[in-house]
Amino acid sequence: MTARQRRMLLVSAVVLGVSIAAFLALAAFQKNLLYFYTPSQIQAGEAPSGYALRVGGLVEQGSVWRDPNSLAVRFVLTDGAAKVTVFYQGILPDLFREGQGIIAVGKLEADGVFKADQVLAKHDENYMPPEVAEALQRSGKLPPVDEFKQGRP
Amino acid sequence: MTGEIGQLSLILALLMAAVQAFFPLVGAAWGLPLWMAVGRPAARAQGLFLAVAFWCLVQSFIANDFSLAYVAQHSNSALPLFYRISAVWGAHEGSVLLWALILGLWTAAVSVFNRGLGEAFVARVLGILGLISAGILAFILFTSNPFERLIPAPPDGQDLNPLLQDFGLAVHPPMLYLGYVGLAVPFSFALAALLSGSLDPAWARWSRPWTLTAWAFLTLGITLGSWWAYYELGWGGWWFWDPVENASFMPWLLATALIHSLAVTEKRGAFKAWTVLLSILAFSLSLLGMFLVRSGVLVSVHAFANDPKRGLFILVFLGLVIGASLVLYALRAPKVQDHARFHWFSKESLLLANNILLVTAAASVLLGTLYPLVLDALGLGKISVGPPYFASVFTPVVTPIFLLAGIGPLVSWRQGEVTQTWRRVRWMIPLSVGTAVTMGAVFFDLKHFQTLAAVSCALWLAATSLLPLAQRLRRREGLSSLRQPAGFYGMTLAHFGLSVFLFGVAISNQYSVEKTVRLSPGQSVELSGYTFLFKGIQESEGPNYRSDTGWFEVYAGDQKIAELWPEKRFYRVQRSVMTEAAIDWGVRRDLYVALGEALEGDSWSVRLYVKPWVRWIWLGGGLIALGGFLAAADKRYRIARVYGSAPQGALRSTSVPS
Repeated sequence: MTARQRRMLLVSAVVLGVSIAAFLALAAFQKNLLYFYTPSQIQAGEAPSGYALRVGGLVEQGSVWRDPNSLAVRFVLTDGAAKVTVFYQGILPDLFREGQGIIAVGKLEADGVFKADQVLAKHDENYMPPEVAEALQRSGKLPPVDEFKQGRP
Repeated sequence: MTGEIGQLSLILALLMAAVQAFFPLVGAAWGLPLWMAVGRPAARAQGLFLAVAFWCLVQSFIANDFSLAYVAQHSNSALPLFYRISAVWGAHEGSVLLWALILGLWTAAVSVFNRGLGEAFVARVLGILGLISAGILAFILFTSNPFERLIPAPPDGQDLNPLLQDFGLAVHPPMLYLGYVGLAVPFSFALAALLSGSLDPAWARWSRPWTLTAWAFLTLGITLGSWWAYYELGWGGWWFWDPVENASFMPWLLATALIHSLAVTEKRGAFKAWTVLLSILAFSLSLLGMFLVRSGVLVSVHAFANDPKRGLFILVFLGLVIGASLVLYALRAPKVQDHARFHWFSKESLLLANNILLVTAAASVLLGTLYPLVLDALGLGKISVGPPYFASVFTPVVTPIFLLAGIGPLVSWRQGEVTQTWRRVRWMIPLSVGTAVTMGAVFFDLKHFQTLAAVSCALWLAATSLLPLAQRLRRREGLSSLRQPAGFYGMTLAHFGLSVFLFGVAISNQYSVEKTVRLSPGQSVELSGYTFLFKGIQESEGPNYRSDTGWFEVYAGDQKIAELWPEKRFYRVQRSVMTEAAIDWGVRRDLYVALGEALEGDSWSVRLYVKPWVRWIWLGGGLIALGGFLAAADKRYRIARVYGSAPQGALRSTSVPS
């Protein structure tokens, strides 16, 4: 094979590989992007119902309710300005507690309740997900900085 | 006092790194032997000062010196000694120091093991390593100094994050960093070759054992990290496509491509410019990984946090390193002559396919990792890219790799024989598919086409990777046919390990079962043929935590096969709760129990898993790493010959098969 032919082979192989990958990537991107919404945005009706999304905020004090016979749990997430009720079935993370900043992944039901498949809290009581911190900042309800240092391990 | 010695050693190490960078590089450019000779002693002195600095930090942790801010923030007098030592690299400052120390060790190793390399070449390699080291040490001293004093000293420390109080922290970061940082060596070799303007195959031969060693450490580090996440996080998963995992996986993919393209460059003198580019990119991605983890832009279990100064420093450093090396590449690479020719069906073209696929895979991971960050930085919304993206993009890209990896070693260089190769492997196809179907019928149900395909792939790879060995045994007489070079065994072992890994992934991903239940003492639950009986909870005290320990008995039919003691620990200093899963492991299945929360009465929420063949994932990773070490130990890499003076023919006759 001449150098020219080989170079052509190389170039076309690379182009083919990259375009297949790009196609797969874009197709997968469409389906698998998770957008983040604040409780205020959800209350304002900005979030679509029926699509997977993430919502974050502080767990409101006194809002956690557990079903005595199953693992179902319900709590209220707030960013200070608005609230959204979250329903979840399963084990909550170790650091889930009232007043803690958390992120829930799931779908918004037609009745306005957020049905979570996953609840995320980080392994640090001082940690607050950056999205949550920003949401609180926007509504002017961010706790004092020394109390909530972002992301300390 | 120890802290001040450490601080002083760090400053001296920085000065040594500057000396090690300046004199040898200038000396090599101007042809001054005396200046070039500075490289070796400077490199060793730098390594020594770094070792002293690191030892000082270890000593401060052992001695509970809470007047050091870093120790006060990440240790505690109640923390057991073992964890106090691994806590040294449990957070940002110390882990960057570990990074620098490991670079110092690699540099010192290069300064010792360079027999046969030309003086100017050694000087350039050491000079470039010195530049990288100087950058990292400046980063430590100006933004992340672990020896900063805290006045007045607090009576006790804030303790190490409970998640990190584990054996995993002792082994995962050092191994991972040995790999990450080790990629600086092939990077420096590539840049030195560009600077010297001659890219003859001997350069690739010198780079190969170093790249293989770094790659093997990286493989081991990632495997250990995966195993740690599996047993520690309590989620039963072994890979989460977490951005920080991706940050270590991308350099691994490129380094894998690199060890293969280096083989072509060494054996055939082809792909020269490409190999140089891969060396640059692999280390660049390793630095990018450092930026992602250390700058705090990521949200993940690994992200340490941070002031923005640090992120900016690394970003500038990253830009300088990548920018300068790519400029050098753009200036010098077009002059590289590549005369080697090969047929479309040859070892070269199969290795080319390997490289294209691996680089594509790395690019798809990079896209999924960086896209959310870029979007966020531009203020276009906050998104995250979930595991389904990676699964759906990654799987089709890597599948051909599993198929081709078995064929590559069977095909000759330059021009392969299509029909002959086909005749050698054709009976493998019905064999692997047939075995997969039989296994499926005997052990599992046959509903899943994907799993069947993946298991067939794994069996195909296992069979074809052992084929050359089997044929060598058959062709020649007795045990003398087993006397193959270490490189051959390393390759065979690594490819076989890949099949073991794939087998574990295919089976455990498809057939793992999970149940989250609410249990009171005396209640039992059935999962996948096993009965888990919850006997109750006992309280106990650990050195720095209080523990609720669950007592579970597992029965297969009437027979008790295991007792499991999962824990829920409350760490007193950090006032945080940690889950310690209990696992009964086996070759064919893991039984996994993690406690959830205490509910009303005596009942607890409990998470149970049965994970078939999951151990094979890490066994495969371990075999791949072992193969890398074995190949790196090949004697033929250490034959003394001065770089640049060897005749082509002589090189070829002793060069190493890929």
